[in-house]
Amino acid sequence: MEALDIAANVLSSTIRLSVPLLLACLAGLYSERSGVFDIGLEGKMLAGAFAGAAAAAVTGSAWLGLSAAILVAVALALVHGFASITHRGNQIVSGVAINFVAAGATIILGQAWFHQGGRTPSLPGTARFGAITLPGAEAVRDVPVLGPIYSGILSGHSLLAYLAFLAVPFTWWVLYRTRFGLRLRAVGENPAAVDTAGISVTFLRYRAVVCTGILTGMAGCYMALSQNAGFVKDMTAGRGYIALAALIFAKWKPVPAMFACLLFGFLDALSIRLQGTPLPLVGRVPVQFMQALPYVLTVILLAGFIGKAIPPRAGGVPYVKER
Amino acid sequence: MSTPYARLPAWADYGLIPLINLAVAFAVAGLVVLLVGENPFRAAIILVKGAFGSGQGIAYTLYYATNFIFTGLAVAVAFHCGLFNIGGEGQAYIAGLGIALVCLAFDQVLPWWLTFPLAILGASAAGALWALIPAWLQAKRGSHIVITTIMFNFIAASAMVYLLVDVLKPLGSQAPETRVFLEGAQLPKLGWILAEFGLRVRPSAPLNVSFLLALVMAFLVWALIWRTKLGYEIRTYGFSPKAARYAGISESRIIMVTMLISGALAGMMALNPIMGDQHKVSLDFVAGAGFVGIAVALMGRSHPAGIVPAAILFGMLYQGGAELAFEMPAISRDMIVIIQGLVILFAGALEHLFRHPVQTLFATVAPKSVGLAAGQERA
Repeated sequence: MEALDIAANVLSSTIRLSVPLLLACLAGLYSERSGVFDIGLEGKMLAGAFAGAAAAAVTGSAWLGLSAAILVAVALALVHGFASITHRGNQIVSGVAINFVAAGATIILGQAWFHQGGRTPSLPGTARFGAITLPGAEAVRDVPVLGPIYSGILSGHSLLAYLAFLAVPFTWWVLYRTRFGLRLRAVGENPAAVDTAGISVTFLRYRAVVCTGILTGMAGCYMALSQNAGFVKDMTAGRGYIALAALIFAKWKPVPAMFACLLFGFLDALSIRLQGTPLPLVGRVPVQFMQALPYVLTVILLAGFIGKAIPPRAGGVPYVKER
Repeated sequence: MSTPYARLPAWADYGLIPLINLAVAFAVAGLVVLLVGENPFRAAIILVKGAFGSGQGIAYTLYYATNFIFTGLAVAVAFHCGLFNIGGEGQAYIAGLGIALVCLAFDQVLPWWLTFPLAILGASAAGALWALIPAWLQAKRGSHIVITTIMFNFIAASAMVYLLVDVLKPLGSQAPETRVFLEGAQLPKLGWILAEFGLRVRPSAPLNVSFLLALVMAFLVWALIWRTKLGYEIRTYGFSPKAARYAGISESRIIMVTMLISGALAGMMALNPIMGDQHKVSLDFVAGAGFVGIAVALMGRSHPAGIVPAAILFGMLYQGGAELAFEMPAISRDMIVIIQGLVILFAGALEHLFRHPVQTLFATVAPKSVGLAAGQERA
């Protein structure tokens, strides 16, 4: 029975830990599918987390926090768009720049505004997105098998977590069942063809980049307003890059993206759980090994040893209209 | 509407436009200073004074600049080949392992001038090895070097934490760092040179011999890129991989050789803090220098003659920024991270933002300077 409890515990924190990855991963999916590489996911998440926590701390409203997070992340996404779509700058350089600006600005502004060493004030429950108990979760708690799964693992997450998982079918629908999605995929593969059809490549890519901003803002907001009660400096701690790794792992597809994020979330949950406990057969696994595992897996995947990840063909290439 | 395809005179291309980009980056940084309620001009004065106002300040500025010359050169060499090496941070971190092995083995038996060359070898070998794997994956398996080098930064960080906590830490010690190296692995300081000029430098100032090594490397990189066959091949591949292929240049060889050089340069950065200042390998000794290298390389237009002043500028920001944090507590050292980001944004991603207006200006005011006959600019 105890083993079951532990398993439920690990799986529940797997979901919790994979939410920011999933939101950021889907964010990257929109941008990269349209042909704009974005390694600035990390920076946008961080800026979103800070803006969300700051706004929630000042106004006391979680919803205003979420709006601020989305607004700031979209603004940064537009800077990335301005540099890489309008001015045809190097997309990777632009993403790196945004990561640095966000990393520095969140600390400087946080210190200047709240005087708590780069933190924002601890948020009360009303200014956060708290846990939601799914309907009937209490009733089935004692039912064997179903009880632990439904009320132990699936229930009790924040609204943003459920939104993140709903965003997966939604993204699938947008990408594969709408006109916008068709064009988005096309512009990432062959922008010239889209242009020939009389559709603006620039506008399409800007819209994709705005989607990225919205989702990264939500990812940051989740970290600051649900997972934690406020902003701590450098709180994203490389999750934007893990999301990027998950995106590659998932070959730029929404449903595999969810499984990739759950896998990386599981590794994270497991490494927290296993800290210092010896495993049968292998003995004590260093925490650092578990922490490095997502990156190692991504490298192996990228090398083509587990299937082949082929990025959108026009990714990273600014579009120059023929004259 | 379209401006004639005009080539700017070299001084405008290599001097004016980078300066405008830099000025805009600093102007935006000034806005951030305003936003936290301080006077940007006063901040700038404190910063410059902190960096160059005293012998001690200059010694620190050049000490930081040493780090950035190495990492800037590393990024620049890869840039010439059309590769973006974001992995300087990880390569330098792993190089700490190479240095630790050399120093821990020889610091009791050899004098510093014998340990130093060995440590250079150790550092560059470890850094190059850490760059070799992403390079090999790019060359042979087609995986994108940007992503793999980012991943290798994280793997390097995990590996070094593990090694420092579980392997290299001396018995009975709590701090995750190696033992302090003996004299045989401590580099001589260079503060006395500044003292010759009548400046006051305390013996603790960390400027050391690796600064000279950095300058030598800057010269060697210039010679390599512009004066050797290999450098020509690197530039050819960076300019047009297709042309390079037609010219019979082996694609995988050039990628791997370039990344080995880049990784080795990034690795040498570790010599400066480890052997020159701290005399031990501790957690996170790279402290972002690998990333500063990106800004430095972009600002210096990937040319050693630009990289050295750009590195000194960032050294100034680091040292002056530390002073600034004393005077204006609202502006901590993280301000530099913002400036670094803005420099990367304006000198890198938005480098063409002002090219167009400047071209138009030149074409209108002095058509001859951009190779147009007078009156042709309306064409």
